[in-house]
Amino acid sequence: MLADKDRIFTNLYGFQSPGLDAARKRGAWDNTKTLIDAGKDWVINEMKASGLRGRGGAGFPTGLKWSFMPKPDPNRPSYLVVNADESEPGTCKDREIMRNDPHLLIEGCLIASFAMGAHACYIYVRGEYILERERLQAAVDEAYAANLIGKNNVHGWPFDLYVHHGAGAYICGEETALLESLEGKKGMPRLKPPFPANMGLYGCPTTVNNVESIAVAPTILRRGAAWFSSFGAKNNAGTKLFCISGHVNKPCNVEEAMSIPFRELIDRHCGGVRGGWDNLLAVIPGGSSVRCVPAAQIIDCPMDFDSLGKLRSGLGTAAVIVMDKSTDIIRAIARLSYFYKHESCGQCTPCREGTGWMYRVMERMVEGRAQKREIDMLLDVSTRIEGHTICALGDAAAWPIQGLITHFRGEIEKRIDQYAANPHIDAVKVAAE
Amino acid sequence: MSVRRLAENQPATFAFTPENEAWAAREIAKYPPGRQASAIIPLLWRAQAQHDYWLPKPAIEKVAEMLGMPYIRALEIATFYSMFNLEPVGKYFVQLCGTTPCMLRGSGDIAKVCGDRIGPQRKVSADGNFAWLEVECLGACCNAPMVQINDDYYEDLTPESFGKLLDDLAAGRPVRKGSQTGRVSSEPEPGKGPTLLDPALYDGSLVGAFNQRVAESVAAAAAAAAQAKK
Repeated sequence: MLADKDRIFTNLYGFQSPGLDAARKRGAWDNTKTLIDAGKDWVINEMKASGLRGRGGAGFPTGLKWSFMPKPDPNRPSYLVVNADESEPGTCKDREIMRNDPHLLIEGCLIASFAMGAHACYIYVRGEYILERERLQAAVDEAYAANLIGKNNVHGWPFDLYVHHGAGAYICGEETALLESLEGKKGMPRLKPPFPANMGLYGCPTTVNNVESIAVAPTILRRGAAWFSSFGAKNNAGTKLFCISGHVNKPCNVEEAMSIPFRELIDRHCGGVRGGWDNLLAVIPGGSSVRCVPAAQIIDCPMDFDSLGKLRSGLGTAAVIVMDKSTDIIRAIARLSYFYKHESCGQCTPCREGTGWMYRVMERMVEGRAQKREIDMLLDVSTRIEGHTICALGDAAAWPIQGLITHFRGEIEKRIDQYAANPHIDAVKVAAE
Repeated sequence: MSVRRLAENQPATFAFTPENEAWAAREIAKYPPGRQASAIIPLLWRAQAQHDYWLPKPAIEKVAEMLGMPYIRALEIATFYSMFNLEPVGKYFVQLCGTTPCMLRGSGDIAKVCGDRIGPQRKVSADGNFAWLEVECLGACCNAPMVQINDDYYEDLTPESFGKLLDDLAAGRPVRKGSQTGRVSSEPEPGKGPTLLDPALYDGSLVGAFNQRVAESVAAAAAAAAQAKK
């Protein structure tokens, strides 16, 4: 188990005050000026060497992302935008950072902005997180009052930080949709290229990072890249917040070393699976958008990007959704299909029409009111949505269904047989109803 | 996507209170000159909060005028984002998270309580106190099942504790926000955890602990850079 002294989020549960004095005592804002004085190359090199991969789901190396920002141009200011639009089902880690350890995030914003030559940063908080937004704003006000950030702050890097919020659109977690929303438009993703590093917020160079990626930066710089990369398997470095929900005895958020085996994660922190390990059915290991993994494959799998990728799933946001054998897995995935149908922004036809179509077919499969050949048709349609849309929401809608069919085709067929074996008034309709 | 339309019965006018006017000016100042449209979500949200938690057409028009935007752009925002309630929602608007993590922990039972106590979705109850809606993931999955009532989250619910919560709200009694089982946030057990117990994390001994390491690392990087120049 990760030792307490190696934890970055020491107030994850909010047992201590989120305020500045308490945060300082926990080591935040400790000699930040030396980190800034060390220069932007040192910061970026340390971040690259730490092996930190973005914590928002895609796992892109954070240090590399920072280095993509072009040279400062007075006519086109650079921006850092922090993606706090946490809405991937299963994920609730950034919420704890914002309400319990906001100063880690604010300090990270200053350092990241310095490293990429930005003097302004917007934090885009999801609309529903009202208390979290107030806590974060209070911490920002404290940091301004203490002159830690602002035009003439003690760190010598003029820097303004603004808290912005959304109003309930999952799609705004996609970085270009988030920028659209921040510009006061509907959150519809943009075509890339141009990438935000060249044409981002207000057409200016912008880097969008997840809350956790930014909040861990100051600690990594203080303790060193070697310390951070000593956790986890090669290419999967560091510590990570895991959000474990569903059928475990004690669902919780916890910071653990990457590559911890699934069994150890659940036994150590969540009091085991409800009804024991034999009762485990399947796990969605990285938020709703990744494919589910059946029990036998996940139990001893290390929880990291590469190991879960090999199972054709993914670490995503490390939102671990555990399902025991009482779960109607078809219904569980159908509910996700409804989610994607609801959250599709409507811009690309395959996603706008496809998510609704898949949901309607999934609803029939829950009852068994379908033909077996429709299973392959559903799989086929899902592959025609995947990769054919501007953003990854189309992929995210397709993958849970693909995972279900790959691992639980027998369940679907059984349900169809059960339905067919009983007399029903309404005949089975085919897919294109 | 979902179909969202404006309410049939609309008030004739809408005006921000003076406090909210001042607040809006500060909000607009957060964004660079000419980019005031960025403030539209916060302004619409404030308008909704001022107007019994639903957004009437005059408010959308008012905000569009304040930001120098065509009405249609503001209407697009109001209909695109699901947190803008376009119809009255009662005194307490219950948003029940029904996405899979909450579903696995029994949000269906909570929905049943809503149906029995409040009635069908999107309809304000007869006493004007409640309306409810099943919404998508609210991001409190470790505390499932949960609801958001107006601004606040109520977590770790059971049908019993949720029923009591509705009773207390209806009767105007004080209620406990957040977890209903005594958890502070998302720790494994109320008030404690197997982690984060080391007192050294909180006694100030971490302050300055890494100064020397940083200094050495910076010096080493500078030396390496000097070497590379040669």
